[in-house]
Amino acid sequence: MRVVAAMSGGVDSAVAAARMLDAGHEVVGVHLALAQSAATLRESARGCCTIEDAGDARRVADRLGIPFYVWDMAERFREDVVEDFVSEYAAGRTPNPCLRCNEKIKFAALLDKALALGFDAVATGHYAQVVEVTDPAVPGGLRRELRRAVDPAKDQSYVLGVLDADQLARSFFPLGDSTKPQIREEAAARGFSVAKKPDSHDICFIADGDTRGWLAGRLGERPGPIVDVDGTVLGEHGGAHGYTVGQRRGLGLKVPAADGSPRYVVSTDTRTNTVVVGPEELLGVDVIEGDHLRWCGPVPVGEQRVGAQVRAHGQEIPATALVEGGDGIPGRVRVHLDERVRGVAPGQSVVLYAGTRVVGSATIAATGSRGAAVD
Amino acid sequence: MPASAHPVYLDHAATTPVLAEVVDVVTRTMRDTSLGNAASLHAPGRAARRVVEESRERIAEALCVTPSEVVFTSGGTEGDNLAVKGTYAARRAADPRRDRVVVSGIEHHAVLDAVEHLVRGGARVTWVEPDPDGVVSPHALRAALEADGGPGTVALVSVMWANNEVGTVQPVAALAAEAHAHGIPVHSDAVQALGQVPVDLSAVDLGVVTGHKIGGPVGTGVLTVGRDQAPEPLAHGGGQERGLRSGTLDAAGVAGLAEAVALAVARRAEHAARLASLRDALIGGALTIDPTITVSGAWAPDDTTRRLPSNAHLRVPGCEGDSLLYLLDAAGVACSTGSACTAGVPRPSHVLLAMGVPEEQARGALRLTLGHTSTPADVEAFLAALPQALEGARRAHAAAGGRP
Repeated sequence: MRVVAAMSGGVDSAVAAARMLDAGHEVVGVHLALAQSAATLRESARGCCTIEDAGDARRVADRLGIPFYVWDMAERFREDVVEDFVSEYAAGRTPNPCLRCNEKIKFAALLDKALALGFDAVATGHYAQVVEVTDPAVPGGLRRELRRAVDPAKDQSYVLGVLDADQLARSFFPLGDSTKPQIREEAAARGFSVAKKPDSHDICFIADGDTRGWLAGRLGERPGPIVDVDGTVLGEHGGAHGYTVGQRRGLGLKVPAADGSPRYVVSTDTRTNTVVVGPEELLGVDVIEGDHLRWCGPVPVGEQRVGAQVRAHGQEIPATALVEGGDGIPGRVRVHLDERVRGVAPGQSVVLYAGTRVVGSATIAATGSRGAAVD
Repeated sequence: MPASAHPVYLDHAATTPVLAEVVDVVTRTMRDTSLGNAASLHAPGRAARRVVEESRERIAEALCVTPSEVVFTSGGTEGDNLAVKGTYAARRAADPRRDRVVVSGIEHHAVLDAVEHLVRGGARVTWVEPDPDGVVSPHALRAALEADGGPGTVALVSVMWANNEVGTVQPVAALAAEAHAHGIPVHSDAVQALGQVPVDLSAVDLGVVTGHKIGGPVGTGVLTVGRDQAPEPLAHGGGQERGLRSGTLDAAGVAGLAEAVALAVARRAEHAARLASLRDALIGGALTIDPTITVSGAWAPDDTTRRLPSNAHLRVPGCEGDSLLYLLDAAGVACSTGSACTAGVPRPSHVLLAMGVPEEQARGALRLTLGHTSTPADVEAFLAALPQALEGARRAHAAAGGRP
């Protein structure tokens, strides 16, 4: 097959490209330029899109003897990921831009361009597995399933939960059977200069990791009240969009709680610009309602026993999922968790698993407790 | 696909293979263990100096300047930087009112970025925009000199001899006359022009040439500096090259450069005629394949005076230049979207934008440049690969949501 290897300049995508080549594919390396200004070595964000990263990726491609190109997708990235991130926060939600990037850029804009240029698929350095299974219900009798990586510490199937069956059919994740130490060892054995390069962290377009400061620069300061669950004003905040459910630090409350226990953000409302705080026990939720459904395979019908994961490196919680609206889209999914989970914020994604298989994902629209109204 | 095996090389403006004659001269000089440091007084020093000075004389003659006006550099970027920054510094020091540089909007980044460096240090710049063909007119230069405080505030005029992207040749003598009427020195980057159009660097005060565009060694070049010019040096040290460019001279590189310059000038007319016919076949063939393609800059068949005979610059509607580049590369044809960029990130060319080309059109740019190894078979191979490349690139553009 003719495959585009998306090469970030990191060790994972370098080994992924090498493995695709070893597997006999015709491989071309592509580095996505996503930052608006990649003018200097220092500018742009760490871990992604600097000139240094592009250079690292190029060095690996040269070593593999494969062509290498930089594709400028900064404009698409700004529109579909960065602006979406800002507007989601402005609306009081907590988005995960990595899922958004996978859905809109890596396995959409990049994949579409690759297909149009005559490629068959895209390979990335994500830790996840794609397994072909027989399924008489689909044309050709073969279906590709997305599954967790063998290394639970590195598993990235969560951020790939937005891929649909068509995208999955065109995707390769050659690292899913390996652990991170194995990949570093392999990179060193292959003589890649990036073998010891540190992992990237956090949000690639926020260079210093200060998400709240970055958002304040875009959304401005909007002072408003911090209240307890009874509505009593306890303090002031600089803008409800800067707060996330479950957050404890940075509230700046001068009045201690009556029982002296720590207080957490239990909800935010950007319409009234209010941050509500309360004791830890109010953080637990066991009902999640999600929309923006994305299915990696067949659409589940009726009540299903699933595992639900609500953040990239979170625990999987046993749950029952009920898809509403049949296979019509837009639909909604209601997830009843077997146990209560803390700090689940609207805007996050819930990814549903059946065993190690990714069933699909939804964006969390509302959370609540059984026996109480979902808010 | 083997990335290294490119039977069809159409990117000579980026760099061109070293001439066999040059390789001979360089290796012979390098192997000569009797050569010392050209700045030394002893016999090995004198032997090296003889190589350097004979090279300087050959180059001076070929470029129509005197030997003392030839300053050896590492190439175009250094020459442009020394000319622009050094002349600005010297002229402003002599008269603080001269805080302005007048520069064409189609210069190479070696000039543009040097100018931006000066601006960050308090200089003013007046850009002279070209006409839609990419030509800077004496009239436009005159207006720029008169603007922003008048010619008395101008430290330097910079206009390239021929553009590296679209290949248009500038009326340098007429432009220089405008500046000289006010006693303003003129710098011209002749990197692309040498060996293709007549280049008489006595027409300007500072002229830039590099070895690797004419079959000489990479890392060699010349800045011609008129005898009444005294730019501030960028590198200080042993005081070589009139004190303008300290550092031990590379006798082998200098000898190779002299060979390349001399051959480029001696073979120019014949070389230009041969390349122009290849260029015309290439452009004509491309326009036949797709009549919606636009040729950037002035082009007339057989013309070797207004456009470099080596340059074909095509704008293809409804696709991205980098897609075309990839598809042609995959088909074994090496070309460019414009000038090479460090980050490899395709941005619309400042040259095309300065010519008034809309950004959407500027993205579909393809630069094909011929050189001494080019043959009619190269042109045929490109034309054979073009239809499929156009189709694929347009498909990719449409997939990315672009307008046709």
